Amino acid sequence: MITTQRSATGGGGLQSPRSPSSQPPYLTVSVTDPAKMGNGVQAYISYKVITKTNFPDYQGPEKIVIRRYTDFVWLRDRLFEKYKGIFIPPLPEKSTVEKFRFSAEFIEMRRQALDTFVNRIAMHHELQQSEDLRTFLQADELTMERARSQDTGIFKRKPSDLMQIFRDVQSKVSDVVLGKEKPVEETNPEYEKLKRYIFELEDHLAEAQKHAYRLAHHLLMNFEEPLKDYVRAVQSIKGTIAERANAFRQQVELAETIKLKEIDLNKFRLTRSEKMSEAEHEYEELKADGEEATKRFETIVRLMNEEIVRFQDQKTQDMGLAFHEFAKGQARLANGIADAWRSLLPKLEALSSS
Amino acid sequence: MMGYENQGFEDAQIYASREEMESLVLDDDDNNNNGNENNPSSRSNGGANGDSIQHQHPLSSALPFAEIPTTDDDDPLLSSSSPQKSPNSFNSFLEPPSYAEAVFRSFDGDHGKQINGHGAVSTSSPSSSSDYLKISVTDPQKEQDLNNSLVPGGNAYMTYLVTTWTNLPEFNGTEFSVRRRFKDVVTLSDRLSDSYRGFFIPLRPDKSVVESQVMQKQEFVEQRRMALEKYLRKLAAHPVIRRSEELRLFLQVHGKLPLMKTTDVASRMLDGAAKLPKQLFGESVVSAAVDPNDVSQPAKGGRDLLRIFKELRQSVTNDWGGTKPPVVEEDKEFLEKRKKLQDFEQELSNVSQQAESLVKAQQDIGETLGQLGLAFVKLTKFESEEAMFNSQKVRAADMKNVATSAVKASRLYRELNAQTVRHLDKLHEYLGVMLAVNNAYSDRSNALLTVQTLLSELATLNARIEKLEAAASKIFGGDRSRVRKIEELKETMRVTDEAKSCAVREYERIKENNKNELERLDKERHDDFFGMLKGFVANQAGYAEKMASVWETVANETSGYAKNC
Repeated sequence: MITTQRSATGGGGLQSPRSPSSQPPYLTVSVTDPAKMGNGVQAYISYKVITKTNFPDYQGPEKIVIRRYTDFVWLRDRLFEKYKGIFIPPLPEKSTVEKFRFSAEFIEMRRQALDTFVNRIAMHHELQQSEDLRTFLQADELTMERARSQDTGIFKRKPSDLMQIFRDVQSKVSDVVLGKEKPVEETNPEYEKLKRYIFELEDHLAEAQKHAYRLAHHLLMNFEEPLKDYVRAVQSIKGTIAERANAFRQQVELAETIKLKEIDLNKFRLTRSEKMSEAEHEYEELKADGEEATKRFETIVRLMNEEIVRFQDQKTQDMGLAFHEFAKGQARLANGIADAWRSLLPKLEALSSS
Repeated sequence: MMGYENQGFEDAQIYASREEMESLVLDDDDNNNNGNENNPSSRSNGGANGDSIQHQHPLSSALPFAEIPTTDDDDPLLSSSSPQKSPNSFNSFLEPPSYAEAVFRSFDGDHGKQINGHGAVSTSSPSSSSDYLKISVTDPQKEQDLNNSLVPGGNAYMTYLVTTWTNLPEFNGTEFSVRRRFKDVVTLSDRLSDSYRGFFIPLRPDKSVVESQVMQKQEFVEQRRMALEKYLRKLAAHPVIRRSEELRLFLQVHGKLPLMKTTDVASRMLDGAAKLPKQLFGESVVSAAVDPNDVSQPAKGGRDLLRIFKELRQSVTNDWGGTKPPVVEEDKEFLEKRKKLQDFEQELSNVSQQAESLVKAQQDIGETLGQLGLAFVKLTKFESEEAMFNSQKVRAADMKNVATSAVKASRLYRELNAQTVRHLDKLHEYLGVMLAVNNAYSDRSNALLTVQTLLSELATLNARIEKLEAAASKIFGGDRSRVRKIEELKETMRVTDEAKSCAVREYERIKENNKNELERLDKERHDDFFGMLKGFVANQAGYAEKMASVWETVANETSGYAKNC
């Protein structure tokens, strides 16, 4: 459970001057009490999500809801959609091995990871304001289920999204046709560096994780989890990187389309065609779209820059703690072993002289 | 029985990424792979009793294995490393070994108990005088067998230089060398088996012909050299065998080994020329050429076929016949002791298997830990090179410490394991001893069987004589042929009776040997096993302490993260 402290510079939307409590605003969440529900193939684990808060929009001071893994997935997906540029905290993986799915060890590991997940969101100054988060933490089970099933269908896509998809496909096709196989990319060297770093980091972490997994059985130290978490975080970042690339591409393409449209428009103006007014109209629309796309892209860039700093700081803290715990655990283990062996020696001594 | 001996360092096969780990420069306190483990600045001096403890526990081997010898010319496989002793023992009375490549030395190196004839010169040997018999096997050379010039290019074989240092009176000289080949060792071993029945004679190295073709020649030669050295040293450590003429000839006489390969009874030194009693061959007339003393020899193939056959028949009678054999093993004490040793052998085998599992598990841990550490080191290197933020740099530095600690711990595990192998190797040694014991017991039962066979023979002869006498008495005037026959049989009986007496003496002699050897074994076993256990336990504790220290250091260094939580 982590208490959030609202900074003076953070989005202060929720702090109303007429707020009744003199306490600073807080939002703490805990994921507890896993319970097996249902039977057979449809069995699943449900968790109690307890929210303690004094946020004005929330039913406080405490609210308990029941959630399952797919609800968490829904939340993550929604946040990913809405908050492009922000590194959404990662979720633990779905278990593919059937019999492992309900083992106590796995359930506990998952519960912890889910708890961390929600708390990281609650701690993030932007994400904590999300409506979807509020739905997740507060809505009754029925509403939640409806929201969840709605979004997993094809109705997830809005019409403008469909247009965008169409345009994406169109541009890809034209690229291939024109022999322009390489996708349009930013040429920001610092960003390039960051991308490279992220990709290489993932490899290194995966390697370390492999060995940590083997070690877990021998030395009873779970160093694997923190590493897995790090890997997931990196993967989440890669998702954001992809989003940024998308936004960039859209912006560039729109710019090109606008240019072409402008040429057409001028042609129409010269020939005084009746198509001119329509073209003008389209042109204005396109320009508006273009501005929006640019704004979207720039927001992502700005957010990402902030996020990367936050991420590095966070990771430093997380990994540092993980290493510390690991070293401490090892020391404790080794000392225990040494004591055990040492206690034998006087007995041996006594026996050997008899 | 035997002191710990230098072993080949089987390290090379244990870790694949050993080179990687070795080349890793740990740039905190230990700046080179072979450096001291102890940096006083990074470790608290728990009990600085290291020095005082040295003189207290000669058998605990806490100290001896901690020290890294400066040279060890008997183990060419081992790299010499810095010989410094760690001045600060981390904790208690244990002197944990250094990070250096664990070069083994004799457990009874400079301290405490020194088995005679083994290892270095003994200064305080348990025996009365300060006699010594040290042997080393070196310098393998290929030589041609010129006698067998049938095949051009001939039979090539390996010879080894066997060097002896001694002050035993029966040797002429204090230092001498001869060249011997493996065949000579086989001969020596066979002759000792014949001459020293009832003794626990160390087993010689295997012939393993097939292996020599499979293995790399060099590797095989080196293994054989080590095995030969070990074997000869064991012989030299045996209080009776070390004084044997066979061994002396082997060690001292230049040129062809003056020991016959098989038991050529004619040249046997103790009893002189003798032939087996013809009666055991057949019914022919006794002549003085028969020497009943031959029964004190074990029956061997070829010449003794008939004897073997008769003894086999006797043993079947023993097992399946209705009547009790004329003489049986009655010595209760012996039977009890034998049962105990059988139990011991069984337990030994079990423990040996568990020891193997332990070693394997330790190896596994060490490897994994090392790989994890390496992965982290690579990660930190990557992070510090690609760092764009200060937090990254800080993190990389901290992570690096943890990573190098993991690698250190992994090396410690490797050392621990190597030491463990060495300690627990005593178990394997004793398995070999048990084989020797079983051989000695076989000697005894074989001798008993010979006695029993002869007794049966006597009984049979007697019965025949009586029958003939009864038949002859019925014939008036006697039966010249029968009478002659009876005379012959009586003569046969006389010789057989002498042989029986001989066999009984031999049997008693072997029994006595067994008894003495058992006493010796019991004492040595007691000392050896306690030494082994103490060494093993001290080793485990020492290394656990070292590892705890390594981890505590880095836990302290990273404790800042815990506070920020």
